[in-house]
Order: sequence, then C-alpha cells, then structure tokens
Amino acid sequence: MSSPAEQAQIAQSVRNGWLLSTPALIVLAFASLGPLIIVIVYSFLAPGKYGNVEWAFSLSGWRGIIYTKDIFSDEYVLADAHLAIFWRSIKLSFLTTLTTFAVGFPTAWFIATRAPKARAMWLFLITIPFWTNLLIRTYAINEVIRNEGLMNTVLLKLGLITQPIVIIYTDIAVFIGMTYVYLPLMVLPLFAAIDRFDMKLLEAGYDLYASRWQVLRRVILPIVKPGIIAGSILVFVPSLGAYVTPRVLGGGKQMMIGNLIDLQFGQGRNWPLGAALSMTLLMIVTIALLIYVRYANKETGGHG
Amino acid sequence: MANPSLKPQRKRAFSVANLPGFTTIAIVAFVALYLPIITLAAYSFNASQSVAVWGGFSLDWYAKAWANDQVKDATVRSLIIAVSASLIATAVATMAALGTTRRRSFKGQTFIYVVINQPLMVPEIVSAVALLIFFSSIKVATGYTGLGYLIIAHAAFCIPFAYLPIRARLEGMDLSLETAAADLYATPWQTFRKVTLPILAPGVMAGAMLAFVISLDDVVITEFVKSGGQDTLPTYMLGQMRRQLTPEINAISSMLLALTVVLLTLFFLLTRKNDQ
Repeated sequence: MSSPAEQAQIAQSVRNGWLLSTPALIVLAFASLGPLIIVIVYSFLAPGKYGNVEWAFSLSGWRGIIYTKDIFSDEYVLADAHLAIFWRSIKLSFLTTLTTFAVGFPTAWFIATRAPKARAMWLFLITIPFWTNLLIRTYAINEVIRNEGLMNTVLLKLGLITQPIVIIYTDIAVFIGMTYVYLPLMVLPLFAAIDRFDMKLLEAGYDLYASRWQVLRRVILPIVKPGIIAGSILVFVPSLGAYVTPRVLGGGKQMMIGNLIDLQFGQGRNWPLGAALSMTLLMIVTIALLIYVRYANKETGGHG
Repeated sequence: MANPSLKPQRKRAFSVANLPGFTTIAIVAFVALYLPIITLAAYSFNASQSVAVWGGFSLDWYAKAWANDQVKDATVRSLIIAVSASLIATAVATMAALGTTRRRSFKGQTFIYVVINQPLMVPEIVSAVALLIFFSSIKVATGYTGLGYLIIAHAAFCIPFAYLPIRARLEGMDLSLETAAADLYATPWQTFRKVTLPILAPGVMAGAMLAFVISLDDVVITEFVKSGGQDTLPTYMLGQMRRQLTPEINAISSMLLALTVVLLTLFFLLTRKNDQ
C-alpha cells in the first residue's frame, strides 16, 4: 500500500503534531488540568480547623452537599439550602441559554445579512459590550433595574406605577443580569456560522416552494448548528458557574453554586465541602455537555 | 420587512434573507445592550454623593478616581497581566493549531483537542478554587508570591480562546495554495512564511485579541489566585462594590469603557486596511 518513505513521512507528521502542541499542553497541565485533579483529592480529605485540610481520608465533604448536621440534635438532616441553590442554578442557566438564543439568533442573522459596510458597523456594536468587562456590565444592568434605577424612575415619572418594582436581589434580577452579560457570547458564534451560510440556498428553498418557517427549520438551522452549539455552550457553562452576577444582583441572598463554593473557602472554612461542591458542579456541566452533544449528533443523523 | 438603512439597489439575496420579526428583535436587543451602559456612563457625571439621586453635572468623580493610587496600580497590573498572558497564550495556541490541523488525523489528536478546550468546559469558579488550592501550597513551599501566578493562570484559560479562531482559520484554508507553493519548489519554511502565515494572520490577531480581552475581563480566577496587594482593576471594583457605592465606580467603569471603544476602533481600522 504505502512505501516505507511514505510511512516515515506520516510518522514525522504525527511527531510534529505532538511537538507543536506540547507547549500549550504544558501550560494547561500546570495551571488548569493539574490543579483540577488536586481538587478531586481535596474533596476526600477532612476539613482543617482554620481552613485548608487535614490529610486524612474523609467523606464529610461529599456528605455535606446533601446532608448537614443538625445543630441541636447532632443528627444528619437534608441540606435544603444546598439543594435549593443547585436547583436555582440549573433553572436560571437553562432560562438564560434559551433567552439569549431567542434574542441572539435574530440579532446575529440581522448583522450577517446587512450590506458589507453596515455589517461591519453592527458587528462593531456587538463587540463593544462583548469587550466590556463583565463586572461593569453587571453593574450597568444594576443601574437600570435597582429600586431607584432608570427603569423605576421612568415608570414612576410616567405614572405607570406608584411603587418601585422590586426585582433587585431576586432570581429575576440574576436572570436578567445573566441574559444581559452573556448575550454577546451567543451572538458572536452564531454570527460566525451564519456568515458562512450561502444565501443562495435560501433562494433554492423558496424556489422549491418552502415556507419561511420551513426554510428556517430545514435549511438554516441545520447548517448553522455548529454556531448554535458553540453559542449555547459558551452561555450555559459560565451561567451555571456564575459568581459575579449573582453576587452583585442577588445581593448575597439569591446564591448560586458558585457563591456557595466561595463561601466554603471564605467564612465557611470547609475546603473539602468546597472541593466536593466544585466537583459536583463540574459533573453537572459535563452531563449537560454530553446530553447536548448526543442530542446534536442524533439530529444530524436524522437528516442524513 | 422594510429596512431604511439599506440602499435601494440592494442585492436580491438580502430580501430573501429577511425573516419576519428578526429586524425588530435585533434592534430591541441593541437598545437593551446599550441602555444600561449609557446610564452607567451618565451617572459618572453625577455631582451627588449617592448613586441614587441626580445632583447636577460634575467631573469630580473622575478627578477622585484619577488621584486614587490604588486605581492606578490596579490598572497597570491589569495591563501587565493581560499583555503577558495573551502573548503566551497566542504563541502556544498558534503552534498547537498548526499541530492539530491540516495533517492526517493521528492518535491522541482528540486528547490534545480536549485538553486545550478544557478551560472552556470547566466553570470558572471551579478553576479558581483549583488554582487557589494548588498555588497556595506552592506559595508556601517556595515563598514566591509575585505576579507570575496570575500570568500563568490567565495564560492557561486564554489558550482555548486564542486556539479556536486560529484553528477555524486554518481549517477553512485552501490546501491547494500550499501544495502549489511546494510544487514551485518553495521550502516548507518559505511556504509557511509566505503562504500560510499571511492567510493565518487574521486568525492569530483575532485569537490574540480574544485572549487579551478575556484576561482583562477576568474577575473570579484573579480574585482567588491573587496575593495580598495584587488587585487588578476588576477585583478592585468588586471589592468597592461591597462597600457603599459612589459614582467613582461609574467613573472608573466609564474610563475603561472609553479605553475599550478606542482600542476596538483602532483594531477595526487596522484590520480594514489589511484587507485591502
């Protein structure tokens, strides 16, 4: 089949592939993947008295996620607070991904279908919020929705309401905030996918008497799917682990998993519980990604 | 759907591409994106001490922020970290992208791909906690508490952001151009230098800029990794938000925002020139 010379060439090519990738792999092993493995170890240790850990095997971290010791009777009872925080995180992240897609897809489509000059301008307008610091954007949305913020001031002046609408420090505030800060992350990959889309296919679809809905469903969505997957992952993963937005807009009351983890390394002083919570969050994200990838593959298979 | 911004002699493809309601949603989205930012900037000119009451126009908060040494230090620190981290990330990501595309797929390629994208899959708070645990023990063991930890941590999570656009560019590349160069007796290095790199350049630029922004934007990992007195601008602002809010935060935010707009405008002008 292939001569020894060709085989040597292939071996050389593989070697080069590894060599070129090695520097990136080293940086990641040291400052990303390696530390993650240490977290797994820490989740099986006993908590130290003043933070950190004691080097003894213990399942207290993992047990602490679901059960908590009752202060009075010393019995283990369900940690309702933790479960509520997990449920809130999943619910809000799902809603955020859905909403950013519902708004982001038409926005990306709109940008991609402008004439070249106008398109550059609109793209520029979407990149400014994308470039703007997440904390600033969270603070900016806070300026709008807080009790004395823009929204309530305007509505009060117009006489539409007599009392400020209180949404700051609620789940709704966190949801609005996350949708706001993560929208550009959805729009940009969608734009990249739509930009490559050949508009002649639309003409073909319409020529074959497809309705607008059929064209959207049968022609556009399957082709831009990589962008949809990329956008959804880029929004869902940071939403689930959100820390800044719930902290600023949830006011410490409407905690998400990220804030609960932070608590264990700060006031809580329970590093193994924090490590176990981190791993749980990571597992939920992984499961979500696997379901998503599987679903995406099935969809493609159905069309082929 | 009528769109006044388009010229009358638009191409047929644009009318076909119009989907009902999309333009309305897009315009609403843009307004919703900008209204909060504009509000934030407007309140930075508020003379009142409180962020709630409008007390007339004033530049006092800019003067206050400008004179604040903590803000100055944090700004410089943020820039040092972002520049170093994005340079490291882009360099290693470009190499990795060249290593994992345009060659016969090999055993371990998926492994490399997964490791490189791993920071994207892991929630930031988890990475932050992991780095806190790992680096705090290194800090104790070595006694070194410099900016190195922040730079290497930032470089690591910037790698996938630099890698993805470069890889996308490489995958979309016409291989026949390189084959043609080789057929014309160009050496592999000449082919790379004269053919591959110029085509790749926009991808590398995009990757580097993404990495720079992601680093500058970072709050969570920095908050957990930094040693005492190593506040970056975002972590300084987060710290301030715990206390009573004053329009000084608005002033700092607005200056950062202005910097962003200036940098972006420059980038767009530069890339436009390159395209022609």
